[in-house]
Amino acid sequence: MDDFYREVIIDRYQNPHFRGELDPHDISFEDSNPLCGDEIRIDVVLNGDERVAEARFSGRGCAISQASADLLLEHIQGKTIDEVKQLSKEDVLDLLGIELGPVRLKCALLSLKVLKAGAYGMTEASDDLVA
Amino acid sequence: MEILKPADVLDIKTIQKDFPILSHEIRPGLRVTYLDSTATTQKPLQVINAMDDYYRRSNANIHRGIHHLAEEATALYEDARIRIANFINAPDARQVIFTRNTTESINLVAQTWGRKNLRAGDVIILTEMEHHSNLVPWQLLAAELDLQLEFVPVSDNGLLDLEEYEKLLGMGPRLVAFTQMSNVLGTINPAEEMISQAHAAGALVLIDGAQSVPHFAVDVQALDADFLVFSGHKMCGPTGVGVLYGRRNLLEEMPPFLGGGDMIKKVELRTFTANTIPHKFEAGTPAIAEVIGFGAAVDYLEQVGMERIADQEQVVVNYAIERLTEVPGVEVYGPEGKERGGVTSFNLEGVHAHDVAQILDGDGIAVRAGHHCAMPLHDKLGIPASTRASYYLYNSVTDVDRLVDSIYRVKEIFRS
Repeated sequence: MDDFYREVIIDRYQNPHFRGELDPHDISFEDSNPLCGDEIRIDVVLNGDERVAEARFSGRGCAISQASADLLLEHIQGKTIDEVKQLSKEDVLDLLGIELGPVRLKCALLSLKVLKAGAYGMTEASDDLVA
Repeated sequence: MEILKPADVLDIKTIQKDFPILSHEIRPGLRVTYLDSTATTQKPLQVINAMDDYYRRSNANIHRGIHHLAEEATALYEDARIRIANFINAPDARQVIFTRNTTESINLVAQTWGRKNLRAGDVIILTEMEHHSNLVPWQLLAAELDLQLEFVPVSDNGLLDLEEYEKLLGMGPRLVAFTQMSNVLGTINPAEEMISQAHAAGALVLIDGAQSVPHFAVDVQALDADFLVFSGHKMCGPTGVGVLYGRRNLLEEMPPFLGGGDMIKKVELRTFTANTIPHKFEAGTPAIAEVIGFGAAVDYLEQVGMERIADQEQVVVNYAIERLTEVPGVEVYGPEGKERGGVTSFNLEGVHAHDVAQILDGDGIAVRAGHHCAMPLHDKLGIPASTRASYYLYNSVTDVDRLVDSIYRVKEIFRS
């Protein structure tokens, strides 16, 4: 059980590297998890060849949701939009390095859902993005 | 200052033996410390056996068959109604309508009494501490009929602002609907006084008894309530059955809710004549086994004694408040003393409620984390979520110690 709260998760929750907002930005999207009230907004700035130059997240939520957002934004530095669109649930779980039950999985995947909905330019986020 | 651990009022070890789930190992070597009774309670053998016996010996559809089993099932079902009516001191068992749950009972009143009697501009008074089930049905009706919803504010001490309530009554509301006990703050509202004030202002009153009826004696005649709603599963009974109690003349004048079998006296191809109460509101085959289980639950609670149950919860919750408040970084919400039932919602500084609940779960402690179906109240408190530990007749003061020990473990993991 304590494995769940790995050092990296507590550390990224308490001292995130990518918290903030970017304005202007090329991509900005936000969504919440109505079940627990977690909220995440992600802003992305792209460079000339459509790669992620900078990314920041804001919002509030549990350690899992906030740490996964921070780790995810670190992971996408320098990636192309197409690469971002290809990211999957497994990628986020690999970053977190823990196994999650169905309820906490939603916490962990909120940031990926927000990021991909923004990358695709959707008006509403869909769970299919992180299925 | 050292906190003295009080003695339990009830013989908790003996009571716990009635609840098989409390001795079941949820993980190898770990039994649950169940502190989530506000969401749903555990079920004693007496209830499980009553439902099991029904399916083994008496199962048949009710109110129609001539055969032996149909008569037996009908008798068991109607006998449960009488016992539940007695439990809340209803003048007549016909005033107890079986629904699916508290939520359906409130929707029934909104959709039948409300639609028939309310007109554009009419005022309904609710409070800021309502569960979503006592907000949304009225929001739906207000949107449809153009009604005006007003809310009694919650003060910083977790109590309703009764001065503001008096002012709102001056608007001439048609209905006042409020919870007798908050599922988040534990606040026990002064229902008797509030009902008499509402009546003086010409309003009817619906009491949400989902948290009060299970935890202390509620007498509809002493309260003078027009409607009282509650659920079986929050008082040792099964899920799927709840009650709408109503004043007889109101129930008789209300149009039917759902149409179908059992709610009719006579049906022609284009018309029907509605049955008398309670059947008018019980369309279709009801949750027969569950009603019988609910009857057994009420018997069980009466056998333990509602006053002793309330006393036990009072001892546990007061001890819980003392111990939780002593933990650095913990904030407990809600009032103190006698105006509070067995609920402690809290937050630990720097740790989200879900993380608290997750780590507590690792120690086998079941609590609820989130907004507890009371988002407006959490907005008012200025918090996105809270962790809630709630108590019932099978919880001892030792459960509070386990809770607090586990919270210290959360603090270690989060270095908070």
